[in-house]
Amino acid sequence: MNLEASTQQLSYIANQASDARVNIELETEGMTLNLGPQHPATHGTLRIIVRLDGEQVVSADPVMGYMHRGYEKLTEVRTYPQVTTLVNRIDWLGSFANEVPFILAAERLMEVEAPPRAQWIRTALFELSRIANVVLFLGDMAVQLGATTPVFYAFRDREFVLNQIESVTGGRFHPNFDRIGGIKDDLPKGWIQETKDVLVRIRSFCDEMQDLVVGNEIFQTRTRGIGIIPADIGLSYGLSGANIRSSGVDWDLRRDGGVGLIHDQLDWKVWTHPDGDSFARYWVRLQEVRESCKMVDQILDGIPSGPIMAKVPRIIKVPPGEAYVETENPLGIMGYYIVSKGDLVPYRVKIRSASFNNVSITPWVLKGVYVPDVISILASLYFILGDIDR
Amino acid sequence: MGLSIRVPGLIKGLGVTFKTLVKTLTKGSHTVQYPRVKEAPTLRARGVIALHEENCTACMLCARECPDWCIYIEGHKYKAPPRRPGGKPRQKNALDRFDIDFALCMYCGICVEVCPFEALFWSPEFEFSEPKLADLLHDKGQLSKWMETVPEFEEYETGSEVKQVKVPR
Amino acid sequence: MTIFNLAIELAYWQQTIIRSVLGLVAVLLPAGTLVYLYLFKMMSFMQSRLGPMEAGPYGSLQLLAEVGKFLQKEDLFPRTADRVVFKAAPFVVLASTFLLVLVLPAGPDAWFINIDTGVFFALAVSSISVIGILMAGWGSSSKYSLIGGLRAAGQLVAYELPLVLALMGVVIQAGTLNVQEIVLAQANGEIFGWGGIGNPFLITQFLGFMIFLVAVQAELTQPPFDMPVAESEIVTGYLTEYTGMRFLLFFIGEFATAGIFSALAATFFLGGWYIPGLDPTDNLFNLIGPLVLVGKMLLVSFLIFWFRFTYPRFREDQLQQLAWKVLVPLSLVNIVATGVLKVVF
Repeated sequence: MNLEASTQQLSYIANQASDARVNIELETEGMTLNLGPQHPATHGTLRIIVRLDGEQVVSADPVMGYMHRGYEKLTEVRTYPQVTTLVNRIDWLGSFANEVPFILAAERLMEVEAPPRAQWIRTALFELSRIANVVLFLGDMAVQLGATTPVFYAFRDREFVLNQIESVTGGRFHPNFDRIGGIKDDLPKGWIQETKDVLVRIRSFCDEMQDLVVGNEIFQTRTRGIGIIPADIGLSYGLSGANIRSSGVDWDLRRDGGVGLIHDQLDWKVWTHPDGDSFARYWVRLQEVRESCKMVDQILDGIPSGPIMAKVPRIIKVPPGEAYVETENPLGIMGYYIVSKGDLVPYRVKIRSASFNNVSITPWVLKGVYVPDVISILASLYFILGDIDR
Repeated sequence: MGLSIRVPGLIKGLGVTFKTLVKTLTKGSHTVQYPRVKEAPTLRARGVIALHEENCTACMLCARECPDWCIYIEGHKYKAPPRRPGGKPRQKNALDRFDIDFALCMYCGICVEVCPFEALFWSPEFEFSEPKLADLLHDKGQLSKWMETVPEFEEYETGSEVKQVKVPR
Repeated sequence: MTIFNLAIELAYWQQTIIRSVLGLVAVLLPAGTLVYLYLFKMMSFMQSRLGPMEAGPYGSLQLLAEVGKFLQKEDLFPRTADRVVFKAAPFVVLASTFLLVLVLPAGPDAWFINIDTGVFFALAVSSISVIGILMAGWGSSSKYSLIGGLRAAGQLVAYELPLVLALMGVVIQAGTLNVQEIVLAQANGEIFGWGGIGNPFLITQFLGFMIFLVAVQAELTQPPFDMPVAESEIVTGYLTEYTGMRFLLFFIGEFATAGIFSALAATFFLGGWYIPGLDPTDNLFNLIGPLVLVGKMLLVSFLIFWFRFTYPRFREDQLQQLAWKVLVPLSLVNIVATGVLKVVF
């Protein structure tokens, strides 16, 4: 892998030099192609200005901000329950996972701990939203590469997970279920058995994806060896989540973080892959879905009985202080830094979103690749625009 | 970039799509033909908000907590007759206007949650789209009519310590 | 052309009208059937959904509804586009389709033209569509279209060779370039002395059939070879600036060509209009021959569309490598083997 890294670095430098030479000496210019902001391939309104020389990329500049909604300013004038509602909409595919670090940070400031039953149910919903998010990725990367069928299977099987989330929380996409001190409501009767049946479907979906996509030689030829990100470069750009685990770095906040979710009481493993290419990123996420199914099964078997809400006042005023909590969200590491001055509203909330850092590696990794590989790499990095722009 | 096409993986992929084709032909598809066949959402689905007018005291908590400020409440105070003869007349709130603008509503549920008198309920009804945007402002009478579609609260799973609340009719 | 042994002798202009109508039907009928059966229904069933169900019973009139929709759209084209080239491109592609259908025989006496160089004519005419695609790509004056058009040019030229060479095996085995003679050779031939089902060249030319299918998939720019129209990257490539009726012409042309190439494959490898067990010179074949041919065409196009909906797409250089390094050598080996076996047996 060192050879690939230095080759890519060399080609980066060579391309920069050739860029200058081409412009001055030969007076031919490369073609500038605008990928986006309206484009079928980018997950929303991301614009990448790509300068091409034939079919090879000379330079790539992502332009973000087309979807900026001013979250951090909005949170300065919203109370804590209202912020919980808004924060759902950052990563809209695995939306329960957005609330969790915010609530954990507020609970740390209030020095309140949620009762065990609430923590277990919170973790179950956290892993279910990870399943919903990554199942869509598994279908979506296939459709970016041209296979039109796997994405329909992904949406079909994701419906069942969303139905389960809806039976508990009331909302398929925006649960708004986490509260400071616990969760809003308890599980309806029959939910545990239904969710176990849904997990059986998700496992068979994973096997279908294994046959249809991962085992497909055409897919492998399109993704093996494409977009190799060495571990040190990835870490220096701040990649997180499955992107960095597929470069061989064994780091998962669910195991190494230890904040308010009960992953340490479950039996599961962290999946890594030594290559850093697009195939590895797809493969690691496929295994992570299977691992999440295993985790949810264990959680459902062992939910303790008890209350779901700790003793918190009705009107929540968080004592002054600062707290930063980050968790392993489906897209990567998401963190909330809350500064409170003792009011009903937070003084400042800084949101560290995973996709912002995942996209920042684009200029480095896209140098010297062909145009079709641009799509393959962007699809495998898996960002969501709401997460980048907030 | 070496190319070595080994056949088995490609054939397995063909098998998956063929199997789904046969399954759809014999057992039917996963989709329903919407206007003719309707799937019911779950019982807790957040479709529309219903108002039980008797419980409401126009305390304005829901209007204050709404993130979008889409609830419009007007009320007046009046003197009710004393409970026992010879006592003082009591001051009570009467509700004049209670409108929810569903064009602005985020369907977050904060209003339903903070109401101290259990006057607001969720109903899974979602087919209330209108050609005119102004018709999405539901007034008191319409919100009371939604109460008929509010389902009974279900039982909780074993191990829960939450009390089951009854929906007032 | 004589069909049904009519009692009256038709004038030449009457024959021309009948020929034109039948030619139109021969092109549009496969297109419509394939679009409905495979694109709307089979693709939907493979994706666990039902496809269009509203227009007509089980959605059978959906294509008519789409034609109506396209007809009432505004006729747009980019300001900097080359008007003549832009407008003529769909017609060039369609011209190659209409010319290609002429050589297909649908019965012992039901053919449009019966020339001694039928195979040569078919292959030559099928290359005209490359010019049409290049015209579309260049004339649209858009970067996406240009990339699509250039990719298409490289791909289509590269896959002409396996297409031609795969058919050479059939020609050697039949001993003639005349398409009708090839069908009769399959009908009258024998496999190691057993004349039960004739000698469909599928059995002896299996390698050629496979190469032909792959090359046809690439000629039609269907996935896994649809780089020129790669939707997720270059927004339908050379078709980006085409809207309304012009797009419909391309669309119909693509499916009509798919149908006709499948019919060609059925003719060369599966036996064309012949059903084993009947006498090939029987007049009955003039009636049921077209139906048999349509049936075999549906079989072959099922394979083409099955591959289309399952596989992701190749990258352009991998595509070229597949053509030049794998398919061309294989088809040359096929020709050599066929030649040797033909002389020996």
